[in-house]
Amino acid sequence: MRTSGLIKTACKSILRNRVRSFLTMLGIIIGVASVIVMVAIGEGAQLQIRQQIEAMGTNVLTVRAGSMSARGGVRTNVARRILTLQDIERLRVLPGIVAISPVSRASGRIVGGIGNWQTTAMGVTDDFLVIRDWELDDGVMFTDQDIRSAGKVAVIGKTVADELFPNIDPIGASVRIGTMPVRIIGLLRERGQNMGDDQDDIVLLPVTTVMQRMSGTRFIDQIMISTETMDIIPDVQGAVLATLVASHRGTNEDSFNVRSQSEIMERATETSRTMTALLAAIAGVSLVVGGIGIMNIMLVSVTERTREIGIRMAVGARERDILMQFLIESIVLSVMGGVIGVALSVVLIYVMNDVAGIAAVFEPATVLMSLAFSGFVGVFFGFYPARKAARLNPIQALRFE
Amino acid sequence: MKTLIKLTSIVKTYRMGDVIVNALRGVDVVINEGEFVAVMGASGSGKSTMMNVIGCLDLPDSGSFMLDGKEVFGMNRRNLADLRNTKIGFVFQNFSLLARTTALENVELPMHYRHGKKMDYRAAARAALEKVGLGERLDHMPNQLSGGQQQRVAIARAIVNDPPLILADEPTGALDTQTSAEVMQLFIDLNNNGKTIVLVTHEPEIAAYAKRLIRMRDGLIISDEPVVK
Ligand SMILES: Nc1ncnc2c1ncn2[C@@H]1O[C@H](COP(=O)(O)OP(=O)(O)OP(=O)(O)O)[C@@H](O)[C@H]1O
Ligand SMILES: [Mg+2]
Repeated sequence: MRTSGLIKTACKSILRNRVRSFLTMLGIIIGVASVIVMVAIGEGAQLQIRQQIEAMGTNVLTVRAGSMSARGGVRTNVARRILTLQDIERLRVLPGIVAISPVSRASGRIVGGIGNWQTTAMGVTDDFLVIRDWELDDGVMFTDQDIRSAGKVAVIGKTVADELFPNIDPIGASVRIGTMPVRIIGLLRERGQNMGDDQDDIVLLPVTTVMQRMSGTRFIDQIMISTETMDIIPDVQGAVLATLVASHRGTNEDSFNVRSQSEIMERATETSRTMTALLAAIAGVSLVVGGIGIMNIMLVSVTERTREIGIRMAVGARERDILMQFLIESIVLSVMGGVIGVALSVVLIYVMNDVAGIAAVFEPATVLMSLAFSGFVGVFFGFYPARKAARLNPIQALRFE
Repeated sequence: MKTLIKLTSIVKTYRMGDVIVNALRGVDVVINEGEFVAVMGASGSGKSTMMNVIGCLDLPDSGSFMLDGKEVFGMNRRNLADLRNTKIGFVFQNFSLLARTTALENVELPMHYRHGKKMDYRAAARAALEKVGLGERLDHMPNQLSGGQQQRVAIARAIVNDPPLILADEPTGALDTQTSAEVMQLFIDLNNNGKTIVLVTHEPEIAAYAKRLIRMRDGLIISDEPVVK
């Protein structure tokens, strides 16, 4: 029998048992849809991570004391209390460095305006804005003079401004951070969310102010550096590390952790890629379960149609003809399920993006792959029932009640 | 006359657990082209078993079966299928049409399994149905047809590939006398057009349509003589 005839026969027999065929396909539909949706969510997450990290600047180096643990986090042990403001001056002269800023964090409650707000104060220098490629909407950044004198001035983010000074100009306002009175001199441009963090929930203070007046330490948490270009990042990384090791007695290369933004990005996307693969694999299992459902129904169908098989054999159907008939039926079933699953996933991805606000990227490649895989499922799980049909003895099949 | 069927010492034994049934115990028959043979015998005498062997549906345990000059015993399933397709047309007692499939499609079926010959299936199936007088029932499903009409569809299906041999196992077993006579008339017409016909029946009136009568008992042929009209 020709393939067109076989497909026609298969469709007829599928349509004859609409409900049963649909229920059988459901396994494939759910399997295919969940694979595509899972991959879409994973791709969406990766894309977001990449965009957000890129937004932070690609030619940025972050220096911390303490080595990197195997899991990719920073070991915060005693080695942490190493970096000081002196290191900033030592590193500043290295070639290729455009801007360098210490970061010293202290949490505190900021009180003023119409209320108070729990936030993290970041002690930095004016270079911080260069490194983060950040601009002010209003007011000014603190100066070297403010740094030298540990000036009680602050630059705040949009969220802080909105919380404390809704519809009020915050520039020039006096607030308290902890017990320290501070004057607001600048307002940062809105940045939005980044990896779940509100970037605008920020208060910048001169680094010296945070160290001396808030946390009372002479050590800084980290150093941020921006380089002239991305290409020289490895060179700068090496030079920074060598300088730090040379200037701190009893340290070696493992005592410092100099990471570029692209390394962070790679690590983050790798994690999310692993997650995506895992989710897709789990979804793939449901495809296999769907395949078993098809096999089950095909076995029932072969038994039900034993007489039909006998009649076909009596009029000259070869073993191969019967095999192909049932194989094609199971392929049509699973590919139809696959197509419906793709349609369902398109709807789901649309709903997630536009209604639920979850980033999901539709990958045409996964569509082809899931369709191919559902076809494979049809062949794989249809083969045994089809062979069973083809191997029937014509007489026994004809006599079957 | 050319020999179409030659059975020599055909033995067929069924084994069901400990019970051994000797369905055919050494059958010898020669049937020439153009003959019209009726086979009679008590229930269980082996008539259907012999028909299944002749029809290439079942292989004997031993013996020789020449069909159209070729030895069938020992052929593989694929060659047997092709023989059924091109050399033999079957008509069974219980109509054996595909359910929920139109008369036309039922008749088309053997052509779909015919290898290496392209033709207009629709037209050939319609012609075969017209030949058996069902030109107006092309799109009827089997359950919309009477028993006699269903059997005509089965005959149309049996002749559509133009095989030299028509095998009919109790084709009128489920029909009333009037309809039986009409169906038998079709067989006579086919025989007059050169088809060889072998037909199993329990009814002497049906056997009387044939030109030759074979009687069986306990897996053996006990008589084989021309029908005297
Ligand atoms: N598949 C089978 N398995 C076991 N025994 C069988 C099988 N087919 C036929 N037989 C036995 O072989 C013998 C001959 O059967 P067969 O069908 O040829 O008889 P028959 O002459 O056609 O009878 P009837 O007139 O009732 O149709 C019977 O005893 C039957 O029980
Ligand atoms: Mg019988």
